[in-house]
Amino acid sequence: MAMLEVQDLNVRFYTDDGVVKATDDLSYRIEAGERFGVVGESGAGKSVTSLALMRLIDEPGVIESGEIRFKGENILEMDEEEMRSLRGNEIAMIFQDAGTALNPSYTVGEQISEAIRYHLGLDEAAARERAIETLESVGIPSAAERYSDYPHEFSGGMQQRVVIAIALSCDPDLIIADEPTTALDVTIEAQILELLEDVATEFDTAIQLITHDLGVVAEFCDRVMVMYAGHPVEMAPVEDVYYDPQHPYTVGLMSSIPRIGDDRDRLQTIPGRMPDLIEMPPGCNFHPRCPYAEESCTRVEPRLVDVETGDPADPINSDAQTAACLAHTGELTGELDYEVTVQGEDAPTESGPASGTSTGANDR
Amino acid sequence: MSGSEPLLRVEGLEKYYESESDFIDRLLGRQKEVKAVDGVSFEINEGETLGLVGESGCGKSSIGRSVLRLREPTAGSVYFKGQDITTLSDSELRDLRKEMQIIFQNPQSSLNPRLTVNDIIGEALDIHGIEGGVSRDARIKELLERVGLNASHANRYPHEFSGGQLQRIGIARALAVDPGFIVCDEPVSALDVSVQAQILNLLEDLQDELGIAYLFIAHDLSVVEHIADQIAVMYLGKIAEIGTPEELFAPPQHPYTEALLSAIPEPDPLWEGDRILLEGSVPSPIDPPSGCKFHTRCPRVIPPSDYEFEQEEWRAVMSLRHRAREADIAVETFDAEGAELTAALREELDLPSALSDPEAEQVVQEALRSVADEAFADAERLLSETFETPCTTDEPVLRRTDAGRVACHLFDPAYENGASDGTAAGDGPTTSDGTSAGSAPSGGD
Repeated sequence: MAMLEVQDLNVRFYTDDGVVKATDDLSYRIEAGERFGVVGESGAGKSVTSLALMRLIDEPGVIESGEIRFKGENILEMDEEEMRSLRGNEIAMIFQDAGTALNPSYTVGEQISEAIRYHLGLDEAAARERAIETLESVGIPSAAERYSDYPHEFSGGMQQRVVIAIALSCDPDLIIADEPTTALDVTIEAQILELLEDVATEFDTAIQLITHDLGVVAEFCDRVMVMYAGHPVEMAPVEDVYYDPQHPYTVGLMSSIPRIGDDRDRLQTIPGRMPDLIEMPPGCNFHPRCPYAEESCTRVEPRLVDVETGDPADPINSDAQTAACLAHTGELTGELDYEVTVQGEDAPTESGPASGTSTGANDR
Repeated sequence: MSGSEPLLRVEGLEKYYESESDFIDRLLGRQKEVKAVDGVSFEINEGETLGLVGESGCGKSSIGRSVLRLREPTAGSVYFKGQDITTLSDSELRDLRKEMQIIFQNPQSSLNPRLTVNDIIGEALDIHGIEGGVSRDARIKELLERVGLNASHANRYPHEFSGGQLQRIGIARALAVDPGFIVCDEPVSALDVSVQAQILNLLEDLQDELGIAYLFIAHDLSVVEHIADQIAVMYLGKIAEIGTPEELFAPPQHPYTEALLSAIPEPDPLWEGDRILLEGSVPSPIDPPSGCKFHTRCPRVIPPSDYEFEQEEWRAVMSLRHRAREADIAVETFDAEGAELTAALREELDLPSALSDPEAEQVVQEALRSVADEAFADAERLLSETFETPCTTDEPVLRRTDAGRVACHLFDPAYENGASDGTAAGDGPTTSDGTSAGSAPSGGD
């Protein structure tokens, strides 16, 4: 049993314009200590997924069906009391915009020790001490002095460190980081990623990292889920996704990143944009933008399958590379004839679509 | 750059803002100036792109606005087609707007939500009296199609479009008056990667077809590299390095460029590069560091030649000095005294228990004693007087190297052998054959 298992999760938003299928039969798992990446463009359902884990979906959104099992217990069946003792304690969250995630009218120290007092039952002095330790562990100099400073007295990067400190304060088993570095400059982003990596290793915390930046995922994650229009189109260990992508959308995403030192005149693009989640195209949702789409793609909805065998994927029990494209179930007459080239002198050798990093269990 | 005049020539541009102050501050003359742009010069040729990169607060957007006089520059000149636009009257300036345009970062907030696309683009035509009647609508349709939108959408409102489409409308609006020069202020940073690629391609196509020059402002070096003919890297209001992309990414590099490059997350899971982590964040421009403004974060500050320092030791001493200057060491929290306290301080500052040079060690010990007494000014003075480095005293100027122009003392022949008696600094020979000083491992991959 994995630490977190999400099974057939369906989140719907009932808006005036119609029903938005924010996630559609979404299943995945995260092992203890694992770093799991969720990638996709805006509107893919990444953030809704993470809010659902914390049961923070608000009106007009509803978690319609599915299970979210955390350490074997279904979060969706917990009462509000149990939920409260879970949030911030065993599952913590890091938000994108630290400036708005922090309360401007409390000192940062108070915001950290609040969680500690509530969840760990420590008294004022002990909570303060632990808060200062946490501030130190996220690299805030003179932590004891900064304890009584207000959020506006910190720079953007330092605020994000404080938010990470709050998340770490109760020693959670899972941290959900929703675009934690998107609002930061690259040099600060590098600092924050290194910090997250250090604390994840030190405290053996699992991290679900939500981002649109494929560079960040490559650097940070063990496994990745690429989302499109509310469901995963590809899920696999990170090397497989980067060196041997099996879904045209993943390929499109990769090739639209501008890279330093590439001599392409034009960037590759994915034509069009993410469909309206209220009126999704029939068949494969990606077919209007897919260069390999055929007639069958407009009719048949592809399921997430093991790319080697074509069998239905079992994202909860298996680590095999899975993708949702008709090419893998033999329902496509053509082939996905793209080539993957790896740049850089000392990078692994060029790998064609057939070269295989193997599938199978790959636990860490 | 031949003898012919470039399309845009910026000379010694300065933009100062007054820091927030209340009545009493003003009365007592305590206002402070924020030097957002502090003497910047560059040129852009017709049909070319200059990329301007840097972290937030480095002054890149201020340059973009000052060049168009959307904000009055404090000093300096901006020559557009040979004419200094800082001296133009308002009405002359209005005519010039036909030739100089801007695209903003956030299309949601830069397009009027109450106007249809037709009116947003048409407004520009009306103001400059370019087209009227039937030809006006035809022109708008043509513009929409040129930027890849459906001409039949002209009567829709901004909220009916996605972010990428809105940015295309912003581009169409800028193109309406047929400009020769467009300032693009972070035009793609709010967009998803796949849409970002579409917009970058569109901008490049327009440049090829219409010969427009861009000043392309971004915080992402990889985006800029893709589109620019020249790149300028900025730090705290000054250009740290400028050159073609090839020059910029080849050594000799400014240590800041090196760090920026190495900080870009590489979309390759097996990439094993040496990441240069810069400490801290950009200092406040209200009270910028002396000498080279980057020295407080620079991993390659030139060590003094009279002492023997390991690179790491030297870095730690610099960090001690910097924190003493900011009085940013909370001595009372260590709860120790005497030798125990200095040991704790050394650990906090990553100073080894003894420096390899005994003379330097003595100085550092004395400085630590001052710090322990919270006499930060004494410690700072002692350290800066004993360990002299040009990086903290002399401001580097842009000088030509083998690859681009770099503002860094590492590439100044006057300091080739460390910081000896740097009195002769100033205008050294302008050509140097770029053999960089000291240990200069190149970053890159």
